[in-house]
Amino acid sequence: MPVVKAVTCPVCGSVCDDIELTIENGNIVKVKNGCAMCESKFLGYNGEHRVLKPLIRKNGELVKASAREAIKKAAEILVEANYPILYGWSSTSCEATRVGIELAEEVGGVIDNTSVVCHGPSLLSIQEVGVPSCTLGQIRHRADLVIYWGSDPWSAHPRHIERYTNFSEGRFEKSEWMGYIDKIKAFIARKKIESVIRRLFLKKKSTAPSPHLEKDVCPAISKEGRKLIVVDVRKTRSAEIADYFIQVEPNKDYELLQAFRALIRDQEIDVDKIAGVSVENLEEVADAMIRCHFGALFFGLGLTMSQGKLRNIDAALSLVRDLNMRTKFVIMPMRGHFNVTGANTVSTWQTGYPYAVDFSLGYPRYNPGETSVVDVLLRRESDAALIVASDPVANFPKKAVEHLVKNPLIVIDPHMNATSQLADVVFPSAFVGIEAEGTAYRMDHVPLPLKKVVDPPRGVLPDEEILRRILSETRKIKKRKQEAS
Amino acid sequence: MSGHSKLRVTLLTGRTIEQGVGKERGKASKEYMESVSVCYMDAEDLRKLGIKEKANVLVSTNYGSVVLKALKSLRAPHIGVIYVPYGPWANAVVNPETHSIGMPSLKGIPAQVEPAIDKPLLNMQELLKKQFGKK
Repeated sequence: MPVVKAVTCPVCGSVCDDIELTIENGNIVKVKNGCAMCESKFLGYNGEHRVLKPLIRKNGELVKASAREAIKKAAEILVEANYPILYGWSSTSCEATRVGIELAEEVGGVIDNTSVVCHGPSLLSIQEVGVPSCTLGQIRHRADLVIYWGSDPWSAHPRHIERYTNFSEGRFEKSEWMGYIDKIKAFIARKKIESVIRRLFLKKKSTAPSPHLEKDVCPAISKEGRKLIVVDVRKTRSAEIADYFIQVEPNKDYELLQAFRALIRDQEIDVDKIAGVSVENLEEVADAMIRCHFGALFFGLGLTMSQGKLRNIDAALSLVRDLNMRTKFVIMPMRGHFNVTGANTVSTWQTGYPYAVDFSLGYPRYNPGETSVVDVLLRRESDAALIVASDPVANFPKKAVEHLVKNPLIVIDPHMNATSQLADVVFPSAFVGIEAEGTAYRMDHVPLPLKKVVDPPRGVLPDEEILRRILSETRKIKKRKQEAS
Repeated sequence: MSGHSKLRVTLLTGRTIEQGVGKERGKASKEYMESVSVCYMDAEDLRKLGIKEKANVLVSTNYGSVVLKALKSLRAPHIGVIYVPYGPWANAVVNPETHSIGMPSLKGIPAQVEPAIDKPLLNMQELLKKQFGKK
């Protein structure tokens, strides 16, 4: 059976490019090196939830239609609209996004990508403060202190720690994987011994602390080698494997970040606790930050979605800027979808702005809060929408969705999702990275090729081709209208 | 505290690995629904409500309410904090306020949770029909 090596995974922002797929009779039958999400996608993408024919809503029901009919209907909707939304783009190729921007300009709409509900505040803050960053390869080889703040890579980027940080084998920094395994083995052995003693002496259940709880009562970060610190509101799975875990109270990240900034500058803090964490513990961590040779701070939606939003990111970026006066430190947002970075990058090339770009005046305008898609929907201004490779009905607040589904809605997506179920026109598309080629940008802005490893179902086109056809039809309709008038 | 009371909590939404696997399998899949129509609660909060794991609870905020299945959190202790994975069920109760920067407030929302043993957990189609009148 043919094995395709070095396949790029089209799931999360880690964009692992070491996946090996075994193909049999045109189907993927085995996945090697992938995480649970990667396996779920490569083995389950072609399941019963796949859309195989274009659908058009007639008399309240979605019915099958020809591709030509669906293209015509979609183009008519976009031409008729005064202020359409073109949204999604993070789970498709850069090439498709490029056509999407051309279409947005053609129909005078607002084009926005999913960063508006994930790392939009990070982009705003980076524009204000700047971002000292690097590639994940440098972090893999050099970082001796890694912090995940408001991010749970174990759940959202399952191979991030293994490929790029503490459990990766770098040139100058070694993997901590075996050390972690030893720690777990020691913990299990201790529990077994305690259990035997308890049974022998019929003692009550011991309240011996777990290895993770031990860290709470012993805050010193004194181990040799790479250190992993997690800051979160819950003890996430990533927190369990960390060397040190800081449990911050919800919506208090800003205070904690500013406290670290003060400590880094050797300023005294007059209170005992900040954001639920003792200042003594914060001093230990601040000391570890200063003492490291190469630190990396990864932050997630715990910062961008909580109270403060972009101001939390301002504080995080400023903390890293301060740290660079004492040592070497970098910072990076943990981007969610595999090509959300690409969507921002292409949008910036083409329009000057990374997301929330409004073409209604004929030229690109950018003012998140006004031109961002959730705000447009909340103000009930849009009158049609084209959704590409995304599911806003499952990701936007109810009030925004109410307006989205009230107006004509076009969806291009391989699967039937919540948005497609409420759409007026649904296009099935080929899975980019499985059935279609393209380019994706990893979270550190490294572009990687997405491979085509199997053929799409007959008649199912890639996003880029569907968009080109809609664009072409849109131009034809506009031309006819101009000639008629 | 007696059972069948209401608890004031802080609502967090976010990712779980089960939700990640479910969404890649397909948003119409059973795995996806089961991974996102749940509410992870601290065992102490379940006790305060007088309910057992897998009982239905009604989560309400200023922006709406939704019935979810309560699960005991493995990420405890987080008394007074409930966690609902991203998805259509969470969207029914999150704060749409973008504070003029485009990003709704999806974490740290004041909420109330109460037992809802007699209220059904809606599936995707029922939920969409109830919320938006389309399916």
